[in-house]
Amino acid sequence: MEKRVTFSRSTIGILFAVPQLILIFTFFYWPAGQAVYWSLTLQQPWGGGNIWVGLDNFRSILANADYWNSISASLVFAGISTGLAMFIALVLAALTDRQLAGSRFYRVVLIWPYGIAAPAVALAFRFILAPEAGFMAVVNQVWPGFWDPGLDGTDAMASIIIAFSWKYVGYNFIFFLAAFQAIPRSLIEAGAMDGSGVIRRFWDIQFPLITPTIFFLLVINITESFQDSFGIVNIMTSGGPANATNLMVYKIYSDGFQGLDYSGAAAQSIILMLLIIVLTIFQFRFIERRVHYR
Amino acid sequence: MVERTPLLNFFTHLILFIGFVFCVAPFLIVVIAASHNLRDVNDVPMSLLPGSDFWLNIKTAWTTADLGPKLLNSFIMAAGVAAGKVIISALTAFSIVYFRYPGRMLIFWLIFVTLMLPLEVRIVPTYAVVANVLSPYQTILDITGLSWLIEKVTGVQVALNFGLLNSYSGLILPLIATATGTFLYRQFFLTVPDELTEASRMDGAGPIRFFIDILLPLSRNNMAALGTIMFLWAWNQYLWPLLITTDQSHATAVTELKQLIPNVGGIPEWNIAMAGTLIVMLPPLIVIVAMQRWFVRGLIATEK
Repeated sequence: MEKRVTFSRSTIGILFAVPQLILIFTFFYWPAGQAVYWSLTLQQPWGGGNIWVGLDNFRSILANADYWNSISASLVFAGISTGLAMFIALVLAALTDRQLAGSRFYRVVLIWPYGIAAPAVALAFRFILAPEAGFMAVVNQVWPGFWDPGLDGTDAMASIIIAFSWKYVGYNFIFFLAAFQAIPRSLIEAGAMDGSGVIRRFWDIQFPLITPTIFFLLVINITESFQDSFGIVNIMTSGGPANATNLMVYKIYSDGFQGLDYSGAAAQSIILMLLIIVLTIFQFRFIERRVHYR
Repeated sequence: MVERTPLLNFFTHLILFIGFVFCVAPFLIVVIAASHNLRDVNDVPMSLLPGSDFWLNIKTAWTTADLGPKLLNSFIMAAGVAAGKVIISALTAFSIVYFRYPGRMLIFWLIFVTLMLPLEVRIVPTYAVVANVLSPYQTILDITGLSWLIEKVTGVQVALNFGLLNSYSGLILPLIATATGTFLYRQFFLTVPDELTEASRMDGAGPIRFFIDILLPLSRNNMAALGTIMFLWAWNQYLWPLLITTDQSHATAVTELKQLIPNVGGIPEWNIAMAGTLIVMLPPLIVIVAMQRWFVRGLIATEK
């Protein structure tokens, strides 16, 4: 889409974009370029010079079992938490979309979790899922040793998945509800007149119309599970026990800032960047297709 | 729609109620735990009846984590990011929608690409830039030989250095440097009728006049939506403030949560931790409740 009527004084036009350009150059393009450069050099911490090593950093990362462990932990985390957060949100949105007493109330409340900071969600769930206090302690009394996220990697993974999914149900709910509301009532009423029941109508009419939203949220949830997981992991498990929850962003942070391995962290950043770029391209293609639907 | 589905309605209410409990229970547990004393909060099972130490725990959490100044820092950072995004995005969108100049599409794509890479993945080099924001420019001068030239001619050695660690600008600026809002404005500006522009041009108004007197008042809704989302987003930032505020004077409330994790050994002070969690989660919750309409509309419009 283009404007027919524009202003002719283009010098002023460019000036309007200058603040944004300076900001993104300084804090986006330069660091992103720097990350590429560092990933190809051996960078001494705190400015001790650097040596060109080509792809060696990538080779040593990819040869490292810890790195593969962090990739697989990230994938498990992304897969399960995205699936959970989307499924629960879809069900709740489909149900609040029906005109029933109280659905407006549910619509308001179900959005709240999204606004809470990941670390606050994490601290709350660290308490809720603590093995020695509260409710999991009751379970542990019945089955001793059933639940201990501090010692058992699976329990730790389950903890961060629960916290992340809780937060993202609220986010997904907003989009699903909007998608359901955008479906013309007349379509559903026509279905009802044809004598199809509520469930049939959901699968035949509503579900096909919200598939673009499903794909959109799938990509957003997966990308967010790579980024927003940092606060949750940092507060709940610190990557442990035994690296079970050492997700990709957390590993970049701990290798870069605690291990002072700038080159290794940069190479990991590049791999994560590529992963996110691929996902984002996929997402934008999808949004474009979605626009055509309207 | 008139349709009698009593059984389905029953299950709808049932599942919605379960969903409601799932959503609200953690909030409730935080509030209840924050009201217990040290012994009761560690009781197995914890009593779901509120205790009497709520205000005492809030006070303890407030002083232990020094939350007053930290909340102020969070507020300054969130408001700064929201204001910065709202202003800079409007300017940029105005530039790419209302002007034709060479390189316009390049600028468009340069901004577009920033949507792809979150701060978290370029965190290490961004930290280095913030430690000296002029380092990119120094490097450019060095590579192009300009700094050598300047030194030859004037005898002054160019060493640009300006650190932003432990400063509000360091907290705010890198968070503004993504283009989330630009595209929200762009979408909106494209829907503004050309007749308005024509009319204002006929009245002799230049671009700046048109921007301030017509375009900005029309985009009030967009500003409210974008401002709300960015405020929440910035308030909830964790990794970035954690890294660059090595000195406590600029730490934010969210990063202080880490101080409240109970230590191993001794009886864990979960009541204090939950009181602190409550204080930190309250401001975004208030913003959501107050701005829910804008917030939802804006989220869907940005397709963030």
